[in-house]
Amino acid sequence: MHRARDVSRSWHEHTWIPQIAIREPATAMKASAPVGPGAGGGLHGSDGPGAARGRPPGLRRQAEGRLLAGVCRGLAEHLGLDPLVVRLVFVVLTVANGVGIPVYLAFWVLVPAAPSDRRVQDRRLPRDWAELIAFAALTLGGVMLLQLVGLLPGGVAWLTIILGGLGTAILWQQADPAQRERWLEVTGRHTQSSLIRSLLGAVLVAGGLVGFLLSQGELRAAREGLGFTAIVVGGIAVITGPWVVRMARELTAERRERIRSQERAEFAARIHDSVLHTLTLIQRHSNNPREVQRLARAQERELRTWLYRPKADADRTLAAATERVAAEVEEAHGVPIEVVLVGDCPLDSRLGAALQAAREAMVNAAKYSDAPQISVYAEVEREAVTIFVRDRGKGFDLDAVPDDRLGVRQSIVGRMERNGGTATVRSTPGEGTEIELQVGRSE
Amino acid sequence: MSERPRVVIVDDHRLFRTGVRAELGDAVDVVGEAEDVDSAVRAIGEAKPGVVLLDVHLPGGGGQEVLRQALPAYPEVRFLALSVSDAAEDVIGVIRGGARGYVTKTISGEELADAIRRVAEDDAVFSPRLAGFVLDAFAATDVPPIDPELDRLTQREREVLRLIARGYAYKEIARELYISVKTVETHVSSVLRKLQLSNRHELSRWATARKLV
Repeated sequence: MHRARDVSRSWHEHTWIPQIAIREPATAMKASAPVGPGAGGGLHGSDGPGAARGRPPGLRRQAEGRLLAGVCRGLAEHLGLDPLVVRLVFVVLTVANGVGIPVYLAFWVLVPAAPSDRRVQDRRLPRDWAELIAFAALTLGGVMLLQLVGLLPGGVAWLTIILGGLGTAILWQQADPAQRERWLEVTGRHTQSSLIRSLLGAVLVAGGLVGFLLSQGELRAAREGLGFTAIVVGGIAVITGPWVVRMARELTAERRERIRSQERAEFAARIHDSVLHTLTLIQRHSNNPREVQRLARAQERELRTWLYRPKADADRTLAAATERVAAEVEEAHGVPIEVVLVGDCPLDSRLGAALQAAREAMVNAAKYSDAPQISVYAEVEREAVTIFVRDRGKGFDLDAVPDDRLGVRQSIVGRMERNGGTATVRSTPGEGTEIELQVGRSE
Repeated sequence: MSERPRVVIVDDHRLFRTGVRAELGDAVDVVGEAEDVDSAVRAIGEAKPGVVLLDVHLPGGGGQEVLRQALPAYPEVRFLALSVSDAAEDVIGVIRGGARGYVTKTISGEELADAIRRVAEDDAVFSPRLAGFVLDAFAATDVPPIDPELDRLTQREREVLRLIARGYAYKEIARELYISVKTVETHVSSVLRKLQLSNRHELSRWATARKLV
């Protein structure tokens, strides 16, 4: 029976692999986002590091996933970078001295557009306006801040604020693109709410701008200027924040669901592998009560072991080995064996011999006693290990042991003595037999 | 023998309840059945049975929840836990929750009737496996006991438990140890009390695992 269990366990391990493969698409999508039409990063221009894999393509403006003209995206793919990085470089260039804009225009004019599959183009999804607005807001905010700093002596604040904004954007970009795509593909609600968020962000940015101009007009720079800066940053946060939060939540939920479905698959496999199989066998043997009982017992034991027992190596510890031996005898002879174990210890050669003797005792009881059940009790104490094998069968008279039983007695009593242990056989005709095996513990 | 014990069977499998009813036959008087925690508490309140046969695993919180709700209200009712589970924490859990005994569902009808009778008479019923658990839980350790009276088994109690674990019936134990059956029952009840009240590390650990503390 244990052998059967091992087989089914390894069968399990096999099922694990397809299991993972089945659950993989979400992750796989991440790695191969640009492959499918409108897949993954195509929508957001954020197919992650996976895009850098393979040979870098020639410099082309990418229609897929562009925000403006596809310059940044094309550059990113050419350089093997995340488009976000390139876009942020352009934002910084623009903010710093305005050079970003002419450079971008130059690329737009000079770099040819990538040839794109018509089918793909037809199905292309509209560009992500929310992201575009976020970048615009970032640029605008940056420019305004720089202006502000021009008026303010020693203002380092804008740098930290821009860095903060960059951090937020990167965080957003880092999250699973497949996930983000999925939300946005749920038409209507998400798109709508993202529009509202974008509007809100734009309003805040505009508010910041107006406030800034007012404050400039009155030349009351410092305090209010910083206040409006906060509003600008707030606008950006409103655009990106909820996405970040929801992304994290969705990711956790997805992971949990994956673990759960793996567990479910493991259970299903186990039930299919053993229980259903046994039920089929039982139906086939329905006119043989002994066989039915044997099958049911074996199945029960297997399920119990699987459900309640910590995994133990049957070759290394006494408790597991005793259970295995009992299970094998039960399997072979069809008599239920109830095993109770107290304590455990590693198996050595003397204990192995004692276990062999115990097996003989069990086989003996199963074969000759006619008892409906056999009890096995093994106790590990500090100095010694004791195993009892008991049946309430017909028993026998020790002095009148038939010849064929002599050998069995040899293999129990003799074996124990050879290994420095003792075996005590107590039997009363009509009441049953109990064999006590004791052996000292090494070490 | 006195009158037949009045029994409520609590198990979420109708098939099993029917089977137990049939197996017990005339040995007991089944006065109610229930399939989850709420209906069990209700059935116990209505029928006021002598013994409740309580499945460890039940929808709505398990046998322990039934014990928690019903035992304070009906302290005269005795509970005998019945389970297919061999998990130590389940067994120890219901016993510490107040059950007077634990048997596995593989028990024969005759043995079950006997166990019910014994619980009805306020004795404790230990299956061989429960005896094994207890011996394990009270195994000699180097940790000094917090309460020596509760945290240790006497030599005699240990002997009795060992015989139960070896598959001996009370009568056989009595003969083996040259004591009366009543004395055996006293020892087992004393072990049950220790099991319910001791704060030994092993027991606390199981109790904590089942959120019983």
